[in-house]
Amino acid sequence: MVGIRNTWANRVSERGMLYLFLLPTFVLLLFLVIFPLIWSLYLSFCQYSANAANPPIFVGIRNFSFIFQQKEIWDRFAVTGKFVAMAVVVEFFLGFFIAMLLNREFYGKGVLTTLFILPMMFSPAVIGKFFRFMMDTNWGIINYILGKLFGIPKIAWTTSYEYALPSIVVADVWIWTPFIVLLSLAGLSSVPKYLYEAADVDRASGWFKFRYITLPYVAPILLLAVLFRTMDAFRFFDLVYVITEGGPGYSTQIIPFYIYKLAFSYWHTGQSCALAYVLLIIIIALSNIYITYLNRLRRT
Amino acid sequence: MAEIVLENVVKNFGKVRALRGVTVEVKDGEFLVLLGPTGAGKTTTLRIVSGLEEPDEGKVYIDGQLMNGVAPRDRNCAFVFQNYILYPHMTVYDNLAFPLRSKLWRVEEDEIRRRIERVARVLKIEHLLRRKPDKLSGGEQQRVALGRAMVRNPRVFLMDEPLSNLDAKLREEMRVELKSLQKNLQATFFFVTHDHVEAMTLGDRVVVLNQGSVMQVGAPEVVYSRPANLFVARFVGTPEINLIPAEVMGETLRCKTMGTTWKLSEIPFFQEVRNIPSRVFMGIRPEDILLGQGDKFGEVYLVEDLGVDKVIRVKTDHTILRVRASQEAQFAVGERVPYLFRTEKLIFFDPVTEKLLG
Repeated sequence: MVGIRNTWANRVSERGMLYLFLLPTFVLLLFLVIFPLIWSLYLSFCQYSANAANPPIFVGIRNFSFIFQQKEIWDRFAVTGKFVAMAVVVEFFLGFFIAMLLNREFYGKGVLTTLFILPMMFSPAVIGKFFRFMMDTNWGIINYILGKLFGIPKIAWTTSYEYALPSIVVADVWIWTPFIVLLSLAGLSSVPKYLYEAADVDRASGWFKFRYITLPYVAPILLLAVLFRTMDAFRFFDLVYVITEGGPGYSTQIIPFYIYKLAFSYWHTGQSCALAYVLLIIIIALSNIYITYLNRLRRT
Repeated sequence: MAEIVLENVVKNFGKVRALRGVTVEVKDGEFLVLLGPTGAGKTTTLRIVSGLEEPDEGKVYIDGQLMNGVAPRDRNCAFVFQNYILYPHMTVYDNLAFPLRSKLWRVEEDEIRRRIERVARVLKIEHLLRRKPDKLSGGEQQRVALGRAMVRNPRVFLMDEPLSNLDAKLREEMRVELKSLQKNLQATFFFVTHDHVEAMTLGDRVVVLNQGSVMQVGAPEVVYSRPANLFVARFVGTPEINLIPAEVMGETLRCKTMGTTWKLSEIPFFQEVRNIPSRVFMGIRPEDILLGQGDKFGEVYLVEDLGVDKVIRVKTDHTILRVRASQEAQFAVGERVPYLFRTEKLIFFDPVTEKLLG
């Protein structure tokens, strides 16, 4: 019998080997996720600038109280809320409507559905660039078409107070409506066809069928879609950065973008960390509300 | 109430020919049962009456009105589906109210409540009105589905195997209730089943369907005692009818596979009917063979005790006869027993056309 060679690999136990394989991932996770999370939590209680040579000074909850006292920050919360509300509402209704249209048999259904889903596959930064070009006041194609067809004077889409935020909403709707379409389609196709047949025989009208059969079936999945989109909208950054850079003034500076500004333009690292945590808490709270509601819906 | 007429209805699903020219008439206030094996086209027939499917050819009349192209909701048929199909998100009450709340009806809520209470009382589901369908047993769901059909006083009741998902005992109960319900409502019932016992007990008349063609239309006892062809003979009745090939030779009927002969004069059929082909299929129901008497002998092959009676298989040469015997009959496997055919009950089929002779 050949003896087991006395290499180091043989001396390590089964469990030891397990930890050994896990180690690289764990180290990576520690440095890239866990450490920054804890460190940023610590920084949110400090006065600190990442570009200064001074070490962080612990100041307690001063960053937080400062945030909540500043009117500018409340304004930016308002902008964020407005953006989320507009984007999610438009995406929801548009997405569900398109899904209803697609949820039947017709020639070229597959191709059309794919086309509708396509915008989701592009990088938002690239799409933002395109929208910025198209919405350009002087040589953008949108103003050109509006002017040629309807004689509408040039509109400063991305650079005026009243249009900048809606313009970003439009771009966001273009990218993310397909997501709602996709989930709605999944929900709609889960409604058993025989229920509609029963309703047909029971003399139900189209609206009646929609209200009492379709809607109860798709409601949970629609709620899920709204939850995803809301959470997404709160960490929304790329389109603002590419299309308006928060301007004009602060009119499109939604919170995630403002956090970026605080951190890397004004170098108020401590404050930006504090604000980021406030946002995190809001998102967690929102998702909990949704999930509770979703569970209650599923129980009944 | 109403009568239904199907005229030469043809329906194809792709290459599958579901119905090949079906003509059926359901009379006003009649309980008509459509009987057939799986895939015969029974459900398709009902769906065509209800308007859920349109026929490829042929005409559908309800109350003399041509129904081709008329939407299901304008036909005023109630449909009870095999799997009941209750609306899962509504209570039993709302399920029952559903057909009445449609705009086409404009029924006041007071009236809806009155009607639901009346139907619930008849079907004994008053205590279930607040529950959701998933909290109901199969039998309860079935009653609710029936109730939903009843509340609207439809012209016809279309029922697609409504009892097949119930356990045997409940099925028997519901059978009785359905029959009395139909009598009380004086309603036209078009009832689909693959169970010939249901067909026999429920139907005023029975339509036997096979592979999209009508095999026979008639009263249950006629379908049973004088099946129009070999298919109907085999399909209706358990245990299955005995079918034995036989030859007419001079004045005798010879059953080669049974190794026995009868004198033609013993069989009333041959006195009454002329022009009989020389080769026939002889059919006899299991209860028309008597054991323990007669001059012909067979060997007991298998005894099945069904409780109420016994099915005894008797081997005579190459044929195994199914015989229904009373519970008291005592036979041991392997025993030689005499048997007697009730010759007045014998029926004969043409082996080529498979049709009933005479």
